[in-house]
Amino acid sequence: MANSRKVKTITVKADKCNGCRSCEVICSSVHANPKHSAINPARSRIQVIRYPLRDIWLPIFAGEYTKAECSGRNTYVFGDTVYNECDMCRASCPSRDRFTEPDSGLPLKCDMCEDEAEGPLCVKWCLNDVLTLEEREEPYEKPVVTATEMELGLQSLIDRFGAKQVNETVARMSRR
Amino acid sequence: MRYAEAGYNLEIDLATGNIERVETDPKLLETHLGGLGTSVKIHWDRVPVDTKPFDPENLLVFSNGLLCGTPAFSCNRTVVSTISPQSELLAYPMMGGFFAAELKYAGYDKIVFRNKSPKWVYLWVHNDKVELRSAEHLTGRGALEVQDMIRAELGEPNAQIAAIGLAGENRVFTASIEQGRSSSSRLGGGAVMGDKKIKAVAVRGTRDVNLANGAEFIKVMDEITKYINFRNANPLPGVMTILSGIGSPQEMKHTDEKWHTESFSWGNARTRRRDFWSPEHEAEWTQTQLAAIKRLISCFNCPQQCGALIQHEDVPPYMAKCFGKLTWSMGAMVDNLAFNFRILRKATEYGVDNFSTPQILAFAVELYEAGILTDKDFAGCPTDKEGRYEWLLDRVVRREGIGDVLADGTYWAAKRIGNGAEAFAHNVIKKHEQLPIKLSVLDPLYFLMYSTNEKISITQIEGNWPQAAFPTREMREDFVRDWPQLPDPKMKEYLLEWEPRGEKSIPYFPTPDMCCEIVDWMEQVHNIDDALGFCAGMSSFCLKPPYHVHNFPLLISAATGMDVDEAWVKNTVRRSRNLHRAVNVRRGMRRADEKPPEDHWKKRFPEYEEKLLSTYYTYKGWNHDGIPTRETLESLNLSYVAEDLTKRGILSDGQQ
Repeated sequence: MANSRKVKTITVKADKCNGCRSCEVICSSVHANPKHSAINPARSRIQVIRYPLRDIWLPIFAGEYTKAECSGRNTYVFGDTVYNECDMCRASCPSRDRFTEPDSGLPLKCDMCEDEAEGPLCVKWCLNDVLTLEEREEPYEKPVVTATEMELGLQSLIDRFGAKQVNETVARMSRR
Repeated sequence: MRYAEAGYNLEIDLATGNIERVETDPKLLETHLGGLGTSVKIHWDRVPVDTKPFDPENLLVFSNGLLCGTPAFSCNRTVVSTISPQSELLAYPMMGGFFAAELKYAGYDKIVFRNKSPKWVYLWVHNDKVELRSAEHLTGRGALEVQDMIRAELGEPNAQIAAIGLAGENRVFTASIEQGRSSSSRLGGGAVMGDKKIKAVAVRGTRDVNLANGAEFIKVMDEITKYINFRNANPLPGVMTILSGIGSPQEMKHTDEKWHTESFSWGNARTRRRDFWSPEHEAEWTQTQLAAIKRLISCFNCPQQCGALIQHEDVPPYMAKCFGKLTWSMGAMVDNLAFNFRILRKATEYGVDNFSTPQILAFAVELYEAGILTDKDFAGCPTDKEGRYEWLLDRVVRREGIGDVLADGTYWAAKRIGNGAEAFAHNVIKKHEQLPIKLSVLDPLYFLMYSTNEKISITQIEGNWPQAAFPTREMREDFVRDWPQLPDPKMKEYLLEWEPRGEKSIPYFPTPDMCCEIVDWMEQVHNIDDALGFCAGMSSFCLKPPYHVHNFPLLISAATGMDVDEAWVKNTVRRSRNLHRAVNVRRGMRRADEKPPEDHWKKRFPEYEEKLLSTYYTYKGWNHDGIPTRETLESLNLSYVAEDLTKRGILSDGQQ
């Protein structure tokens, strides 16, 4: 029998968004250290893309970090609203300051408030129900890592840090 | 570390271009909280008494509230304070939107402008980087369109921008400051901004706002949030739709305008149309509104949806809120709503107040019909109602021809026009146009609010107490059953006894003593809101609101680390309230100025009104002329104010 795992997703009903940015406020608050000691939407892992006169109010969650900006500059048209591809992208990307810590420049990524018993606080604090948390069980097969994949990973580490440092690190970690 | 507040103000000398980042005195938090409270202190300390609105010495202060930028829902107000060109008193038009929080995140509580710029400029605040930039290429641009132009020029799509349009540039006394879907409208802040040649203020902030006890703050907010959800799910029964919910009046959401169109006066606050809301009008207005509203929108960190993105026919998109939805059609005596949605965009781009300006244009039409203004004044004006109204608006914002006279508002325009025009400027208090509403019997509560509040505009003084008595005892009992917002449970009895007709009805009930308590409470909640930055729609301008005198101290304590209680909060805003009154008293305001328009109620009671006013003055600790007594001032640690007023002969030596 296949294994399963819990998958959390947040559905964004963008048409219901009134652009208030409460999600940004509470996200930055709960991720402050100590928790709720400071608020700064620029640190938020959810950001509302707002172009009011173009009828664009779109909450976007911070996704993966990317080293380089992509070439995608397409536009998407939904009804009579035109979105830039870049606006809809979740990446913390060097082409812009979105999803980047304002002080350190480190990338931000949504962690679904994994330490919060009540789940993601952006969902709780969006009183207009734009954001809905969904949890479901999904079949899950632990991926088998092939030698080729492992070599690819090691090669990227060697490219970045040099073979000597990688060897030393693997050796040290193996001794634990 | 400073908590809740940023702890710094920006001081901008427009004459020299000098910009300073000034640390504020932490003690001011303990004596005046923030927002309006600390702004009033600045005006008292720094603006010479004989300063005229357009003198370089007049300050223009943009301030956020103490709790703006925190997770407190709906705490997003910007207080603009300045000597008003219309009332010549210290005015504080406010706006919601996104500016206040952004300013706090940039690291500032206030921006204080002094003197005048020799050329048109806009201020760009980006955290520590603050610069005055040329706005010569932006003059003539609309207050809304210029915001996107500046964002593009700065390459900062997230900058929040407050800007003026043509009306502000031309120092129209009812010029507003526009910011997204919000505006700081009343009493001409935009005119002072234009006089100083500031086209806009742009802000982007990426700094932290710190909370002393964030976990406790969130705990308090969790309880308040439950109540917000409860109130949104349970509109109050027994009151008209517009008063049943929370938030600013939900003008963009609700289409039922029977009450406004039939109770408020049309034209120059003149004609009540009691049978206007026919099935035909209802159908047409509803259809027009639903077609025009593309999306309901809110201010920063607010769950309510008081504004809307408007896309009306071929009119370029704009944002709107509140009563501006109706004032233009009603002022022009135009029976359709389409006209309002069309001209409202123009008014927003011009940057004018939606309450005063439509009345000013209607006032001009009345003067023309009465022969006081002539064909010469109206040369080139279309003859249809809509065309005439738009033509007048175009003249006013440019100060062209008769527009130059009208641009000063009905009070000053009437003085300049003469020839009997004064009688047509009938709807002003302290030279400022009021809500166009004319009623039958004196309401003692409204009499006091209209007469005495420093805000002058009634729309932002009332709120927590029902506007009228409930018709049955059962309804009153239902209403008082769950009313934790009251400062004192004994006031439930006042409401239970208050009847629509008979002995226990207006004008003699609530009694003068009861009226004092009720009005003082409502005013106090407004003053707390204005110091903390809360939207009145979630607090002082709302029946049974989420925020009230009992939970404000909990939020203030958790945010700032001070351990404050209700008595402390009340006393602190009372201090600021009296300091504000002292500013205006020093500028000449007296009892004689504190009266509603003569025609506001058909049935007036002059002697009783005097008694009401005197009783209220005594309750507030003011003398017969409405001046805070030495004893009152000293009890509020305002001895320096008492000394100043005495030195000027405003308070006599030994006078209580």
